[in-house]
Amino acid sequence: MNTEKQVLLSAQNLNRNFGAVVAAADVSIDIAKGERLCLIGSNGAGKTTFVNMITGYLKPTSGRIVLADEDITALAPRQITRRGVARSFQIPQLCMHLSVLDNMLASLHCSRGERSFFRSGREPEAVEECHNLLGRFDLAKHASRPVMELPGGVRKLLDIAMALIGQPKLLMLDEPTSGVSAEEKFMTMDTVMNAIDRGAQSQPVTVVFVEHDMDIVERYASRVIAFYSGRVIADGSSSEVLADTEVQRYVTGSVRSTEKAAA
Amino acid sequence: MIATSSKRVFLVCALVFLLLLGLSLVLPKWLIFLATIALANGLVSLGIVLMMRSGVVPFGQGLVFAAGGYTAALLFNRLGITDALALSLMGGIAAFLIALPFASLLARYRGIFFAMLTLALSMVLYGILMKTNALGGSDGFNVTRPTLFGFRPEAAQSTFLLWGVTAGISCLMAGLARIYCDSTRGLLSLAVRENELRVEYLGMSVVNIVAWNYLLAAFLGGLGGALSVLALGHIDPNFSYWTTSGEFVFVAILAGYQSVIAVFVGSLLLELVRSFSSAYFPNTWQLALGIFLLLVIRFLPDGLGSQMYRLLPKRPTKD
Repeated sequence: MNTEKQVLLSAQNLNRNFGAVVAAADVSIDIAKGERLCLIGSNGAGKTTFVNMITGYLKPTSGRIVLADEDITALAPRQITRRGVARSFQIPQLCMHLSVLDNMLASLHCSRGERSFFRSGREPEAVEECHNLLGRFDLAKHASRPVMELPGGVRKLLDIAMALIGQPKLLMLDEPTSGVSAEEKFMTMDTVMNAIDRGAQSQPVTVVFVEHDMDIVERYASRVIAFYSGRVIADGSSSEVLADTEVQRYVTGSVRSTEKAAA
Repeated sequence: MIATSSKRVFLVCALVFLLLLGLSLVLPKWLIFLATIALANGLVSLGIVLMMRSGVVPFGQGLVFAAGGYTAALLFNRLGITDALALSLMGGIAAFLIALPFASLLARYRGIFFAMLTLALSMVLYGILMKTNALGGSDGFNVTRPTLFGFRPEAAQSTFLLWGVTAGISCLMAGLARIYCDSTRGLLSLAVRENELRVEYLGMSVVNIVAWNYLLAAFLGGLGGALSVLALGHIDPNFSYWTTSGEFVFVAILAGYQSVIAVFVGSLLLELVRSFSSAYFPNTWQLALGIFLLLVIRFLPDGLGSQMYRLLPKRPTKD
């Protein structure tokens, strides 16, 4: 790992068991500011457990998580969000009967801690800000539609837009392209990454994403970490990690490496 | 500074209040009394609707209804406070204070657990009231005619005075409830109803939203209890009984969570159905009420308010 970069988040010796199942075994990862870190691994390898521990949904059995010199291990999800860590979900977590705009407005008010008894929830400035972000995700045309009417790919984008509206320091995307058709995956990731980059003001947003599609990994990740049985088995650039024999055996499979070699 | 939309809400409320006052000149006295009870009970159901907007339904609003009622009645009889407005306000505050210690605990429960816990609290109060002779025991006690700003009405005028006070308070609370529903907290309440996990992950405390809705509902319940006591002239432990709480839930379901006005329309409908049913088939009027509720659930699952909401002009959106 590049030690010259400033560390934003440090996960130190994280362990987490579910009965006899080891979901995280001595996981230590430093995430640098501005990084595009991708977590790969087969189902049950520990990727989502790692994301859940960072965002406070699960508490590690042992170990600590430090965000910008502050220990956040014991904090609740909303306290971690307020410190600048936002996330999206593998299955989008949306308010299905509310409109796209109301979902965004609710996210905006939550991120600002705004819970006035009298101030309108739909003030023009707030609506404008939501429309701007929806525009970056190409969702403005859906603003007045209830979420339940939207297709899966659009819901995925909305889920990420809601996480981004609070201008987080660290954005964690759990399988942002799952459920999206193969031909739309690149388009979805382009939209997401462009929206993140265009929103970055003084410093770039650090992004951690979980992904199974290795073409997506190669194209969008500046660093890749491979998990297997709750352990980190490889850490480096995408080319280094995808060439690792353990990664080929446990994560990507030998077929892919054979194809690469032939190419 | 008051926002334009809030000014519009208050203007509508003022007009409705004047209309209600005008109606008292033409309506028969029995109907004014019935409408007074409907508005007072509607305030309690309005509180339940605020809670429904954050995804929980209390089955024990009899607790705050009785708290408000007993507070007003005791202040009237023991301390000689007879002003209808002051008694109503104190009823609301007393109910708020009684609910306060339970709010953060109840806000951690959902569904049937929340409903049954609130029901249990109201039945505890019922038991205490039944056994406390100082509060009239199972018979309760009477309250005479209230005053307003020092004016003591004659017996014939009392119904109209109380109608004016109840209509004024109801219009004010309806307006404030509308503004609250449209506020940031109102929008977050809907988000909690839809997906509280996401609300927590967006950085907001779900418990805070639900607890405050419970407290607001308690204040409204206390107001309704105080006004009911003044209108009926009598209070007894049945104010806290579970069937009383059930009627408030009935009106809230009938109205739905989208419209504030629908709550008072629903409450008036209930009082009318109750009055006419008990007059014409006194032994089976609850059957008529049950069938009425079944029809509403079958054909208007989102309540009367969903139809009224549909009739409103849509807010322009920027697409």
